[in-house]
Amino acid sequence: MSTSAAASVPVRATASNDPNEGEQRDVSVVSADVLPGGALAVQEQDAAELGPRARLWPSLVAVYRAQLSRARVARIPLLFVATFQSVGIMILMRGVVDGGGEARAVVAGSAVLVVAFVALNLLAQYFGQLRASGGLDHYATLPVPPAAVVLGAAGAYASFTVPGTVVTAVFGCLLFGLPMTHLWVLAAVIPLAGAALAGLGAALGLLAPRPEFATLLGQLGMSAALLLGVLPAERMPEAVRLVRDLLPSTYGVEAFARTFGESPDWAFVLGDLAVCAGVGVISLAVATWAYRRAAVR
Amino acid sequence: MCAVRGLTKTYPAQRGRRGVPATPEVRATDDVTLDIRRGEIFGLLGPNGAGKSTLVRQLTGLMRPDRGSVEILGHDVVRHPERAARILAYLGQESSALDELTVSLAAETTGRLRGLEVRRARAERDAVLDELGLTALAARPIKKLSGGQRRLACFAAALVGERPLLVLDEPTTGMDPVARRAVWAAVDRRRAERGTTVLLVTHNVIEAETVLDRVAVLDRGRVIACDTPSGLKEKVAGEVRVDLVWRERAPLHVPEVAALRDRVVESGRRWTLRLAPEEARAVVATVTGGAAFAALDDFTLATPSLEDVYLALGGAARQGLVRA
Ligand SMILES: Nc1ncnc2c1ncn2[C@@H]1O[C@H](COP(=O)(O)OP(=O)(O)O)[C@@H](O)[C@H]1O
Ligand SMILES: [Mg+2]
Repeated sequence: MSTSAAASVPVRATASNDPNEGEQRDVSVVSADVLPGGALAVQEQDAAELGPRARLWPSLVAVYRAQLSRARVARIPLLFVATFQSVGIMILMRGVVDGGGEARAVVAGSAVLVVAFVALNLLAQYFGQLRASGGLDHYATLPVPPAAVVLGAAGAYASFTVPGTVVTAVFGCLLFGLPMTHLWVLAAVIPLAGAALAGLGAALGLLAPRPEFATLLGQLGMSAALLLGVLPAERMPEAVRLVRDLLPSTYGVEAFARTFGESPDWAFVLGDLAVCAGVGVISLAVATWAYRRAAVR
Repeated sequence: MCAVRGLTKTYPAQRGRRGVPATPEVRATDDVTLDIRRGEIFGLLGPNGAGKSTLVRQLTGLMRPDRGSVEILGHDVVRHPERAARILAYLGQESSALDELTVSLAAETTGRLRGLEVRRARAERDAVLDELGLTALAARPIKKLSGGQRRLACFAAALVGERPLLVLDEPTTGMDPVARRAVWAAVDRRRAERGTTVLLVTHNVIEAETVLDRVAVLDRGRVIACDTPSGLKEKVAGEVRVDLVWRERAPLHVPEVAALRDRVVESGRRWTLRLAPEEARAVVATVTGGAAFAALDDFTLATPSLEDVYLALGGAARQGLVRA
């Protein structure tokens, strides 16, 4: 959108470049058919052209950047808390687990716990409060696709988890003497577990009838990720293990834990990550729907 | 430009919860009909709770009315609420979405989300921050600013990415006179250069009298009058407003003072009366001489304001409007 006329009549000048502009014309075509004489069609023609719509990708990037910058103002202390919590848990568990499979589970669980803390818990809180305080109005009165708002925020919160997750993983490897050969897998685990948990967090925050519920649900989700992700699964009763299988963070933990083995079974790693991706797609879609619902009351 | 017909919205009754009392159902806008013309600064004046925000939220597509229609520049906003965002810029009463951003990033991001490409958004951001005198604060997070500065920063964000209609919900709350002047200058410039229309919500009668072309007076969800400020004031032209401020309490032992009691609007130590000019003169003579004078702290005699219009039209709230 770089027409020279934009300065004087921006609304008109930019609208014609809008790839999504079809909507308005479709309406007049339909109404002309339905109503002989086309009264509605005439009315639609009189209507002023609409301003441009923000396209998905640029607005997603804009929301992402803005959310990321919030970390500097508001989130840094909480990111430290997330990391300390995971590091603390690993230190505590050192006396309990006896190396091997359990140690892998503890390190992977603690690393993914950082993701759950930030992406699930903090994002649920954020959207819960934004909705309750009327902050969604700001986005709802901008021509921005709902998916851009949800994905931008979810992406930013997933990014917040990177330093804490990496620090936790490295510290855990040193503490339990695990190989760091395959730590690169975090490059897949963080975004995919991040998508699943951030989607869940956003959906909870936007669907909760009151902000206190959003906070509560976020906290519960994180506690579940802590208890079910960090404690070795073999020691759990059957029913609890079932709940564990329902939690998306579990698959991130499993995928990560597998890569500490001598020769990891990459098919299973991929399978676990695929579950994360699937849950991510679904939960982000639900969150987008929830946003749409919350934005117009 | 903007036609509102029979707009009605009722908030359902809420059951009480622990610590939160139950509220009955509230008809927040009641059969509101308005026409806003292109290029005018149109005001909604009313005390807190009159339904101003509820009304503008229906015009901006944020809230679906129970009944009635809203047409802005030929677009049916009730049927297509998503179009509102492409016609108007809205400054709501809440800023929580922008609070943790810097002034500069808030303006830029809002511009980008209004569909501007990066370079254009930054250029407009710089121009608007400069115009509003915010350049020095550009790198500060909004939530670390004073209330008035915060409001001005949000107003700046609303201006990035031109729109033919600005909907501003109490934009000047908390602002000092310099910031207010910057707001009105920015509004005037857009109107002169681009024919921008402004819908302004306010509960400040001085602001309403000085900046609005026309004003709808809202009370308990209904429009009780709609005209130019001077046209409205003609309705109470035959009257004078007398404000009496007592030192501690009204000297009711003075018969002339006691006789006024059932005609006053009382707010703390302040008595407000609307009287015919000769009556007003008599009252002033009474309270400035004799026994009542000892109890008197201050008094003013003034031509009527929109607040008097509001009261004369049967407005129910006694303290919702401010003069500042
Ligand atoms: N979300 C809501 N739920 C229930 N009642 C509400 C809600 N918002 C506003 N109200 C009520 O509707 C009336 C009008 O409110 P509002 O539009 O905010 O008034 P104003 O902006 O003029 O101060 C008030 O009585 C208020 O208590
Ligand atoms: Mg209000």
